[in-house]
Amino acid sequence: MKPVRVVEGRAVPLERSDVDTDQIIPSDWLKRVERTGFGRGLFSEWRDDPSFVLNRPDFVGASVLIAGPRFGIGSSREHAVWALMDYGFEAIIAPSFGDIFVNNSSKQGLVIVVLGLADVDELTALIKEDPTRLVVVDVDAQRVEVPEAGFQRHFEIDPMTRERLINGWDDIGLTLLREPAITAFEATEQAPSLEGIFDDAGHVR
Amino acid sequence: MPTGRTLFEKIWEEHAIEAFGEPTLLYIDLHLVHEVTSPQAFESLRLNGRGVRRPERTLATADHNVPTDPISTPVSDPVSRRQLEALEENCEEFGITVFPRGHENQGIVHVIGPELGVTQPGMTIVCGDSHTSTHGAFGALAFGIGTSEVEHVLATQTLPQQKAKSMAVTLEGNVRPGVSAKDIALAIVGTLGTGGGAGHVIEYRGEAIRDLSMEGRMTVCNMSIEAGARAGLVAVDDTTIEYLRTRPSVPQGDEFETAAQRWRTFVSDDDARFDSEIVLHAEDIVPSITWGTNPAQVVSLDGVIPSPEGMDDPDEKSTTERSLAYMGLTPGTPVRSIPIDVVFIGSCTNSRIEDLRVAASLARGRHVAEGVRALVVPGSHRVKRQAEDEGLNEIFLDAGFEWREPGCSMCLGMNPDQLGAEMRCASTSNRNFEGRQGRGGRTHLVSPAVAAASAVMGRFASPEELS
Repeated sequence: MKPVRVVEGRAVPLERSDVDTDQIIPSDWLKRVERTGFGRGLFSEWRDDPSFVLNRPDFVGASVLIAGPRFGIGSSREHAVWALMDYGFEAIIAPSFGDIFVNNSSKQGLVIVVLGLADVDELTALIKEDPTRLVVVDVDAQRVEVPEAGFQRHFEIDPMTRERLINGWDDIGLTLLREPAITAFEATEQAPSLEGIFDDAGHVR
Repeated sequence: MPTGRTLFEKIWEEHAIEAFGEPTLLYIDLHLVHEVTSPQAFESLRLNGRGVRRPERTLATADHNVPTDPISTPVSDPVSRRQLEALEENCEEFGITVFPRGHENQGIVHVIGPELGVTQPGMTIVCGDSHTSTHGAFGALAFGIGTSEVEHVLATQTLPQQKAKSMAVTLEGNVRPGVSAKDIALAIVGTLGTGGGAGHVIEYRGEAIRDLSMEGRMTVCNMSIEAGARAGLVAVDDTTIEYLRTRPSVPQGDEFETAAQRWRTFVSDDDARFDSEIVLHAEDIVPSITWGTNPAQVVSLDGVIPSPEGMDDPDEKSTTERSLAYMGLTPGTPVRSIPIDVVFIGSCTNSRIEDLRVAASLARGRHVAEGVRALVVPGSHRVKRQAEDEGLNEIFLDAGFEWREPGCSMCLGMNPDQLGAEMRCASTSNRNFEGRQGRGGRTHLVSPAVAAASAVMGRFASPEELS
């Protein structure tokens, strides 16, 4: 994945809680075998509504999404992350997130920022007041800023995810460096494999 | 003084390849694969010149996309067809056992793992599907992953993982007659909320959990993710061992007894400590449904649709208002007075033989109400064959239910089984999200008993209302 040190851009306040991954990308989009082109499906059921925030000209081209608590709950579909990134989002700020969504985001370089509810509300108000305000998410410094409004907050991120984002490291490549340890572990593995259970046609022998 | 270990800690420590450092590299015993979250992972393996490390620890089935029409009918949606073909081609190329549409072992991934006996206590199990928590009913650490992690497991048979916290959810006492595993699951999600389990692995404990069959335990563990938890677990006991004894993939004879002895160690020690503990009183749990657009919005079947008036939390209030508007419901309406259009009995939550038996016992000699469409979608071909051997299909068909081929079907509407806009559905599935079962569709999560009774009455109903 591409390294991400700083995300800087305009922001969109979603002002919804419990946004599940079915809302982010409906299942109809999951039939595809490609990894690209999901941006058109992002929030597709809500985008039919002309007043939906993403349809407002003020917010075209934004790269930071601000949402309510429990963003990305539900289905494990990584397509939700692909859709957000394909649309142009590079960072999501919310008071809490679904666990699997956070994992999926870290694999793709989508920056996840957890701020307290009051801070998210304050940030939302700042952007609603003036949608042209720039938001800066500094992964390296673990800081969210709206420089023009003097808003500055620290955020927590686990050290490994931070390193991987900053360096653009490929997870699989890192794990394969530990191949000898995996092989040694397999020699002692107790759980049976499926070896010998099914024939070539998948029938139980 | 050393303290005891939780079941979660035992499995974790047994699979931690290198004990030190964060995140831990965890060995994965079993990787279940389906057509929707795997094609991009296989493609990436090819692009990077990587193989599948342990195809014999990988098992694939078609489930999310498959039509539930007779097998002889071709898959009409070309995009779905392409994805189903891709699964077969990828498994062929990488040497993975696959059960395509119509295969005797095909079915919903979380139904076939347990019924074949490939899901076993003490294992680490992953799948690119959030309901992988289902397998935790066997005392296995099982959790859902995204496509990048699917690729990671295919390539390395491991996953770097942050260790979750442990939570004990204890059900004290016994449930009252007529209260099902689904009602227990809804009560737990309703209590914890959609984020209450975040960052945790839940172990379900107590007499009311011990009393459940394996099917019931799977229903409870299945919905762990609806409370935001990474996984759900139930300790191994006689019920677990007896369920496994007759499964085709377990060791036979003396070898089974040896395996069972090891499996019985997958329980939490008496003095094990959990990071958090929640106690529910089983006798307080009542038959319930969801009224809103997230699975924690639960109400008693005897209750009324809640009102946002008087809610102090502005977030809860606006969520309630939004849910009511989407669901087309008025606060104060008695649940039992709400008419339904569709009944769906199926999904990885409630499509096993026990679920179908309950529904069939209520359908027997009765008929689906006029204007209601009712579908029964068995979880797998094995479930379907067993149900047909028991004559359940005839009971359903005589009562006006549709008897379909297995798959995920209307749980998520990726195949043609979908709700139309504003159609109201009593569904035995796990998610009532906006548009989940079809654009504009209105989903209410219920138990198989409530689903069958509601099909007959044409509105939300419980079995005792049936004449």
